Amino acid sequence: MKILVCVKQVPATDSRIKPAADGITIDPAGLEYVINPYDEIAVEEALRIKEKLGGEVVAVGIGGARAEEGLRTCLALGCDRARILKDDSRLATDAQSVATLLAAIIRAESPDLVLMGKQAVDDDQMAVPSMVAELLDWPQATVVVKLEIAPDGKTATAEREIEGAVEVLALQLPAVISSQKGLNEPRYASLKGIMAAKKKAVEPVDASTLGLADSLALVRTTAVSPPPPRPEGRRLDGDADSQVRELVRLLHEDYKVI
Amino acid sequence: MSTILVVAEQRGGSMKKTAHEALSQARRMADASGGRVVAVIAGSGIKGLAPEAARFGADHVYLADHSDLADYSTEGYTLVAQRAFQMSAADLVLMGASAMGKDMAPRLAARLKLAYLPDVVELTGSGALVSAVRPMYAGKVRVSVQPTDGTRAFVTLRPNVFRPLPVEGRTATTEAVDTAGLSIRARVVDTRAEAAGRVELTEADVIVSGGRGIKGPESFAMIQELADAFGGALGASRAVVDAGWIDHSHQVGQTGKTVSPGLYVACGISGAIQHLAGMSSSKIIVAINKDGEAPIFKVADIGLVGDLFDIIPKLTAEVKRIRAS
Ligand SMILES: Cc1cc2nc3c(=O)[nH]c(=O)nc-3n(C[C@H](O)[C@H](O)[C@H](O)COP(=O)(O)OP(=O)(O)OC[C@H]3O[C@@H](n4cnc5c(N)ncnc54)[C@H](O)[C@@H]3O)c2cc1C
Ligand SMILES: Nc1ncnc2c1ncn2[C@@H]1O[C@H](COP(=O)(O)O)[C@@H](O)[C@H]1O
Repeated sequence: MKILVCVKQVPATDSRIKPAADGITIDPAGLEYVINPYDEIAVEEALRIKEKLGGEVVAVGIGGARAEEGLRTCLALGCDRARILKDDSRLATDAQSVATLLAAIIRAESPDLVLMGKQAVDDDQMAVPSMVAELLDWPQATVVVKLEIAPDGKTATAEREIEGAVEVLALQLPAVISSQKGLNEPRYASLKGIMAAKKKAVEPVDASTLGLADSLALVRTTAVSPPPPRPEGRRLDGDADSQVRELVRLLHEDYKVI
Repeated sequence: MSTILVVAEQRGGSMKKTAHEALSQARRMADASGGRVVAVIAGSGIKGLAPEAARFGADHVYLADHSDLADYSTEGYTLVAQRAFQMSAADLVLMGASAMGKDMAPRLAARLKLAYLPDVVELTGSGALVSAVRPMYAGKVRVSVQPTDGTRAFVTLRPNVFRPLPVEGRTATTEAVDTAGLSIRARVVDTRAEAAGRVELTEADVIVSGGRGIKGPESFAMIQELADAFGGALGASRAVVDAGWIDHSHQVGQTGKTVSPGLYVACGISGAIQHLAGMSSSKIIVAINKDGEAPIFKVADIGLVGDLFDIIPKLTAEVKRIRAS
């Protein structure tokens, strides 16, 4: 079975994020980048399926030099190949354009299954997996916490998280699956894996071969701003009894939430 | 005249609160600019929901009623919404940013080449000229976004942010959507609900969350009791999810759920940046922590420094008393 995983580099989740001076981007100063946590889960799932059913795992990313670092880690983790689309001409500025480029790469690779993270924790769009599935005209299962691929590689069962419940889907492959936490516990790269990855190259994708020229973006960013400040809070003093009495009074009389 | 299409979510025959929120927001925008609101509802045996859509703001309701639509499927519901979009020639599409909205809206946006503006907390403008504000980086910053020139938008609304406003006596016309040609390659074969009757995190008006300060999994009974007293939902920090004390579906934060309830009560949670990211847009935040220096107090409207094992049972009793009176 041939599996393709899409991997994005994002600022580490403990980063302080500030608007840049231009007012429409993020200040990159001091940011440390990591593989999107949900994409680590997608890579792990791909490797486990390969270990069980055999085949090949290809990691793909769109981005600059940082994306290459993440893809190198994917090779160290055990992916067979990695491909990068260096987006120098800035074709990919919104979810739609990223999805269009990924779909073009996926068509050329023609895998049996595509795995992604449920969400990139930078832009928090939760859009690319469904969009890629649409552009490929494949079925999809998003926010998946359990995945079982049939031994013949033609169908799968996926459990996805919804509000207060889990939906069990039976789906035909090829399909796009996006991973939620709980699907698996990602492994760390072994020293052997890291050494082996040094001999492998991250293969470039030539954007001109994808037949897409102009900017594909449908969304324009007009401002990036800090969140509105929260009003100054107050502390309740005294013993537990008086703290509780005052809290309930405030919630009942002032804030009217109970 | 501009037309706003609302994809009104129902599950199991009941319309979701996020659908009420989207319908009422569409109504406000249409009233401000003299447009009309149309809704589409997909399901099986759902014709009775049209008056409810009307109360919350729809002038016209497209109904797709078919046994193959009894359970949600991305492909089935996307096709129905696409047909309603084409029938109504809408300038703007709205839906709740629920599990269903997050799954199908990007698919439909890609099909119709609409600018996808997900999970927004502010929405202004009229017709196709809209501008939205959405949190990024789990709320550490906000971004203002617009469709590029000549593009129409598909906007999903963050739950619990836009006010639902029913008006009795409002009525709507209805029209059937053609349900021929449904091809569903990913089909629901089972739905396993969590403990029945419990409120779901992203829909809850009140959330009570427990962190490592509760000391062990058995203390979640105490946290749940307080949540029940408020009629709210149970949340958790990642530390206790990773420790296996509670299921991941309760995790609040950057790699859990982003929530905006009317009241968020953090019990024994230090307030790590990834946790704050998921809950700092709550309307009122109460923190209970024995460490007065804990970062959670920086975002709390009301802080109680003390031992949660003393405070919570008393608080539960007091909340029950007030709500009973
Ligand atoms: C990639 C990544 C993603 C993450 N995503 C998330 C996320 O989505 N959500 C999340 O929550 N975290 C997330 N984290 C983890 C986060 O960094 C913190 O480790 C975690 O939130 C801490 O949980 P806690 O507050 O329960 O525990 P602690 O930090 O250990 O805090 C426990 C608190 O309890 C208080 N306490 C102890 N005893 C009592 C008592 N008797 N009475 C009152 N108070 C008491 C203590 O003073 C302390 O403040 C993530 C981390 C990483 C690296
Ligand atoms: N630039 C990118 N390169 C590779 N994969 C991406 C990229 N952007 C998004 N993805 C994939 O799409 C998933 C969801 O991203 P998003 O829709 O942006 O939240 C991510 O977890 C990745 O698997």
